[in-house]
Amino acid sequence: MELIVASAIGTLTAGGVYLMLRLRTFPVILGLALLSYAVNVFIFASGRLAIDMSPILSKYGDASYTDPLPQALVLTAIVISFGMTAVLVMIGLGAFLEAETDRIDVASDEAETNETKDGAA
Amino acid sequence: MSESSHFLFLIALLPFIGALLPGLMIRAGRTACAVFTAVPTALALILLMMLAPAVMRGEVVQAEIEWLPQLGLSASFFLDGLGLLFATMILGVGLLITLYARFYLSGDDPMGQFYTYLLLFQGAMLGIVISGNILLLLIFWELTSLSSFLLIGYWKHLPEGRQGARMALAVTGAGGLAMIGGMLILGDIVGSYELVDILAAGDAIRASEWYLPALILILLGAFTKSAQFPFHFWLPHAMAAPTPVSAYLHSATMVKAGIFLMARMWPVLSGTDAWFYIVATTGLVTMVLGAVIALFKDDLKALLAFSTVSHLGLLTMLLGFGTQAAAVAAVFHIINHLTFKAALFMTAGIVDHETHTRDIKRLGGLRHLMPITFVIGTVTALSMAGIPFFNGFLSKEMMLEEASHTKWLGSYYVIPVFATLGALLSVAYSYRFIVHVFLGPERDDYPHKPHDPPFGMWAAPALLAVLVLVIGIMPVLAEAVVTVAANAVTGADLHPHLKIWHGVTPALYMSVFAIIGGGVLLAVHAPLQRFWNAAPRPEAKEIFEWLVDSVAGLSRRITDISHNGAISRYLAIFVVTSVAVGAAAFFGSGLAAPTRGLLSVPPVIAVGWFMLIVATVSVVMMHHSRFRALVLIGVIGLTISAGFVYLSAPDLALTQISVETVTIMLLLLALHFLPKSTPKESPLGLKIRDGVIAVLAGAGVAGLAYAFMLRDIGTISDFHIANSYEGGGGTNVVNVILVDFRGYDTYGEIIVLGIAGLIIYAVMHALLDGPASRRLRNVDYSQDRSRDRHPLMMVVVTRVLMPLAAMVGLYIFLRGHNEPGGGFVAGLVIAIALLMQYMASGFAWTQARQRIQYHAMIGTGVVIAGLTGIGSWLFGSPFLTSSYTYIHLPPIEEFEVATAMLFDLGVFLTVLGAVMLMLYSLSRIARYAGETVNLEPMDYDPAKTGSGDREEA
Repeated sequence: MELIVASAIGTLTAGGVYLMLRLRTFPVILGLALLSYAVNVFIFASGRLAIDMSPILSKYGDASYTDPLPQALVLTAIVISFGMTAVLVMIGLGAFLEAETDRIDVASDEAETNETKDGAA
Repeated sequence: MSESSHFLFLIALLPFIGALLPGLMIRAGRTACAVFTAVPTALALILLMMLAPAVMRGEVVQAEIEWLPQLGLSASFFLDGLGLLFATMILGVGLLITLYARFYLSGDDPMGQFYTYLLLFQGAMLGIVISGNILLLLIFWELTSLSSFLLIGYWKHLPEGRQGARMALAVTGAGGLAMIGGMLILGDIVGSYELVDILAAGDAIRASEWYLPALILILLGAFTKSAQFPFHFWLPHAMAAPTPVSAYLHSATMVKAGIFLMARMWPVLSGTDAWFYIVATTGLVTMVLGAVIALFKDDLKALLAFSTVSHLGLLTMLLGFGTQAAAVAAVFHIINHLTFKAALFMTAGIVDHETHTRDIKRLGGLRHLMPITFVIGTVTALSMAGIPFFNGFLSKEMMLEEASHTKWLGSYYVIPVFATLGALLSVAYSYRFIVHVFLGPERDDYPHKPHDPPFGMWAAPALLAVLVLVIGIMPVLAEAVVTVAANAVTGADLHPHLKIWHGVTPALYMSVFAIIGGGVLLAVHAPLQRFWNAAPRPEAKEIFEWLVDSVAGLSRRITDISHNGAISRYLAIFVVTSVAVGAAAFFGSGLAAPTRGLLSVPPVIAVGWFMLIVATVSVVMMHHSRFRALVLIGVIGLTISAGFVYLSAPDLALTQISVETVTIMLLLLALHFLPKSTPKESPLGLKIRDGVIAVLAGAGVAGLAYAFMLRDIGTISDFHIANSYEGGGGTNVVNVILVDFRGYDTYGEIIVLGIAGLIIYAVMHALLDGPASRRLRNVDYSQDRSRDRHPLMMVVVTRVLMPLAAMVGLYIFLRGHNEPGGGFVAGLVIAIALLMQYMASGFAWTQARQRIQYHAMIGTGVVIAGLTGIGSWLFGSPFLTSSYTYIHLPPIEEFEVATAMLFDLGVFLTVLGAVMLMLYSLSRIARYAGETVNLEPMDYDPAKTGSGDREEA
């Protein structure tokens, strides 16, 4: 079980990193989503894997439970990463509407003119 | 802690509290402003004088409040003879400067600002001299750099002022950084940052192998602050400040901070060869060099600035000698230099103020026009020259006496010769100040017809001139102060006798030679200056600018390489660096043996894993088709939710599945405006490079996760499980952690989420107000529009589902404390239910039925959560302490009510509001983009005859 969880985390990370290195906003957002999955599962797995040991206290005394702390952390992380994705989407959308392109790298000659402008100011 | 030691805190605080006043009082007029600047200074001075008798008896007044004991930092103050001397100088001259500045500043200058900066500086400076903890001292040290930056750059419209301020900040700030290092080493050697402990541990420090690094670093701080060669260049450029600032900072106080520090640390650091050769030599070089340059400066203030550099060199040299007699001379000269130099600066300021020029070449013959100024200037300048019966003579004699028997690298001549040369040059430029400004024929081409200033302006320098004469004629009067300060510096019990006549000593010959030689030098000044001006010499300002420019250029080049504007470039750098650091850590240390076995994999799970891998790979392969990629992302999210269910995390599964839903909706909405496909533009090489980086990162993370999962570590989770029910009143440990144990974190997180929602709303408005709105209006979306946008079936089903979904949400919310669920999930579920209405019946229809603003919902949620936390204060418990009780309502089972539930309500409202606000903002854009809206719930309503009404927006 540990092996397949680890490999899933690895695959999600690799996919996320590859997509984040693309040159358009949308794949970067997708990559970020994949990376968020990977990170969330990773943090969750840091509590070690357990089956049928939900951290819901049993009425019948003795029972073993999985580690609840990473779950609490991941729960908020999932919601926060949604918020972050939403902000990114909005900024990406705004950039596209303003610039009429969704490329994320600035052409080098454009960067230079900006620089000289900054230097002059 | 005695009564009187409380005064120390008050003294330290008064200037900072007082700094608030001038800005307010300026509305009541300039005099009121000056008075209210003087009041806190005077109060602090009075308090200081109440402590003075004890200090003069040889006691040390101490006061301490623990601040950050973990760091060894405490707010501790310490007043001994040296501190008393400096504190009196700072506050006393502060009063004089306040008076002088009232008349010096013109009506156009913002006076309130000036006095505020002045008091800030005064507080910082005062803090340095009465700090009893070296970390606290460092804080005040940096504060003086900052506040002097404000004061030097006070005339913001002058480029010289801004450049001078920047240079002073760069040089003294850099020195301050070095000193932090030195002080930390010192504290590490001693094991305490308290000054008392450090002063008692001199032998241990000098014996430590870290002595030399600490010494050099601390001296760097002191030398930069006190403008010692080669850092002397900032002081003349700081003269662009208004003259009161120059008189206060650059003669009396700030530049003496370095001297103070060397004196303070004298018992600990001095007495070694390293101390002698570094400090005494630097002082000697600075003294002679400063004096030479001063002689050839035509700007009155520049002359005084370099003379200050020279005299600071003299003080440094005396402290560097390391003998007790030299320390006494240094303390005495600190007092004398203060009196004559502050008065001279003010005199220069008066001359500038009255004649509108500071250029010596345009002055001369002022003695009849400005008789009072002439007398003050002459008395103080003669003291600077070291003429008998003026106080400068006394300490200069002591200096020459010490110099006459100090050996340097085996030679008895080096120091006496250069000391005499320094004294001779000092005499020359002092004469020049008198002769070239006040004597000579009266001119008729002054830029402004000069006359003596009003009393308020010459009162302060006149008082100092009187002091010059009193000490000069009756040095016995200063004996007590010098004794107590010198004892504090040396840590010994000295009884120096200050007198004018020491008999015929080598010092007397040197002095006579200097006084006569100085006169000769002035006589041949004109040809000498021509020669000096023709000679090439390095210009410190240009070297400094070059240095700053090249450092800035270097950092710009590094930035350009890593941050060229393409996010993929620095993400790649970041990922590769992270992997490299991780690999280095992994291979650099061993890995303990696994302590856990592998869990088995049932076939269903293996299938799920396979789906996940295939979906991930497919997203990467097919990301050019954006819709398809989105569908696959949904598959991944659902698979992960299922995984959470299997791996005992029901709460996570619930959250993941609902977040997944809204994320996909959000991306779909965004995709409405974005291009539907990504062009294939990456060259093969780039793809391979990125692929390699991605695989490396993936392998690294997978390996890390695998290694992690097979080993046990101690956690704090057992505490949470054990106390969840007893302390938090809930059986769902995850929820109890969220709303109770770590409620503060959750509180922060919902605020972040709320802010994210508001950001999106704000960006939406910015977009709609900007040029993008025109573009939006002209986009034609008719191609991808469905023929039946609001289908009957969907409208009816969502309408029926709405109450059901709301009830599920409520149920999940209520049971959250004991069973999987809670505010986060409930908020998301209700949000989805509402979104379904938007999707089925359209934006306008739903919007018309919305009763509560989403922003208000976010705010209410945060406020409820916050109030719940604050509520526990009423019961005397810390923020967010929860309590609970059990309620039994007959038809329902007994259930428990916890304040945590109220907190969860806040979470619920914030999550709901934020999610809705985000999606609402995106839909708003759609409506703006010329979409048609429907006022009826569905396109075709069978209850009505004919087709539904449609309106164009």
